[in-house]
Amino acid sequence: MFLDIYITIREFVRTFGAFQLFFLRLLMYSPRILFKRFGLVVSQVYNAGTLSLVIIMVCGFFVGAVLGLQGYSNLARFNAEDSVGTFAAFALVKELGPVITALLFAGRAGTALCSEIGLMKATDQLSAMEMMAVNPIRRVVVPRFLGGIIAMPLLAAVFSAIGLFGAHMVGVGLLGIDVGAFWQQMQQSLEINDIYEGIIKSVAFGIVASLLAVWEGYNALPTAEGVGRATTRTVVITAIVVLIIDFMITAVML
Amino acid sequence: MRQTRAVELGTGLFVLIGVAALFFLTTQATGGDDFSVSDVYEVQVRFDNVGSLKPRAPVAMAGVTIGRVTSIEFDPYELNAVVTFVIDSRYDQIPDDSDIAILTAGLLGSQYLGMQPGGSPDYLVDGGGDFLLPQSAIVLENLIGKFLVKDSDDD
Repeated sequence: MFLDIYITIREFVRTFGAFQLFFLRLLMYSPRILFKRFGLVVSQVYNAGTLSLVIIMVCGFFVGAVLGLQGYSNLARFNAEDSVGTFAAFALVKELGPVITALLFAGRAGTALCSEIGLMKATDQLSAMEMMAVNPIRRVVVPRFLGGIIAMPLLAAVFSAIGLFGAHMVGVGLLGIDVGAFWQQMQQSLEINDIYEGIIKSVAFGIVASLLAVWEGYNALPTAEGVGRATTRTVVITAIVVLIIDFMITAVML
Repeated sequence: MRQTRAVELGTGLFVLIGVAALFFLTTQATGGDDFSVSDVYEVQVRFDNVGSLKPRAPVAMAGVTIGRVTSIEFDPYELNAVVTFVIDSRYDQIPDDSDIAILTAGLLGSQYLGMQPGGSPDYLVDGGGDFLLPQSAIVLENLIGKFLVKDSDDD
């Protein structure tokens, strides 16, 4: 039994180390791909970003609308319903924007990245590339990784902006908060540093989500079952890691 | 080729929307720079108690923001607070004996400097803040204390 525990721990540490080395390799290749093969990155920004735009916009709108409703019903007890804008803006820009975008991104783009790379591996496309002296990490993995990192902060910004619009629609349009009070209170309390915090978070989550997706895909067992399992793991691990990192960044930036 | 063009178009559109959203968040949702006039003059005033006044708090006259607090420091010799604020140079006809008070916006709002015009023929822009009539922040505990003391006097 002790041997089992020992092997489990050793395997965990080994996987973790391999993950770090994989990350370093991606970082090492990134500048060259970014400057020399930018076309590859662009098509991955399309895959990860443009195709996720609809889900991000719809979810952002309704998250903002719900913040408007909840904020109103709770703040109205203190006669402070004018602060709904402030409340929604802080919640969206600092927390919900980056976090929910990262979770949706993992579900929409992360799974696509993972299963794509996993299937390429299962159908021996990656081995074929190696045969042709093409480094599959450089040709396949790095562009997807970079595309995810570029797309994620932009998606988070779209999410927050649309969310504010949703809060405005519900707060001002439906519940009758004064337009001026809504925006002016928001503008008075929200500072540029809060926006930076949101951007830092979304960049960090973008790195985490893309990295985990390509890692799981690249290391998937080359079978139908293995790819499926890797895809599931991508979403689960990304969700956990994003929330942990969110806590850490918030604690540091507070 | 068509495929590539569609991808490029979609990517460009996505990046544009993303940048527009960022721009919207930084310019419209934050109001840090609604007083970003470069042409200002500086005034110093001393308060016995600044309450929870913070740098960047607005300075308002007749309810209109005319300036912003730039720094709040403690003077170790006179044992009071030195509040430095700037006023837009367009407003150069404010009397130098104006009242200045630390007020609160709403019941739970943040604190700001409110000015009431005085009657002096000299202007603040020339004389500095030495003749301003400062009124300290109202501390809720002190008010409650006074209220309680008054109540016990009646007994």
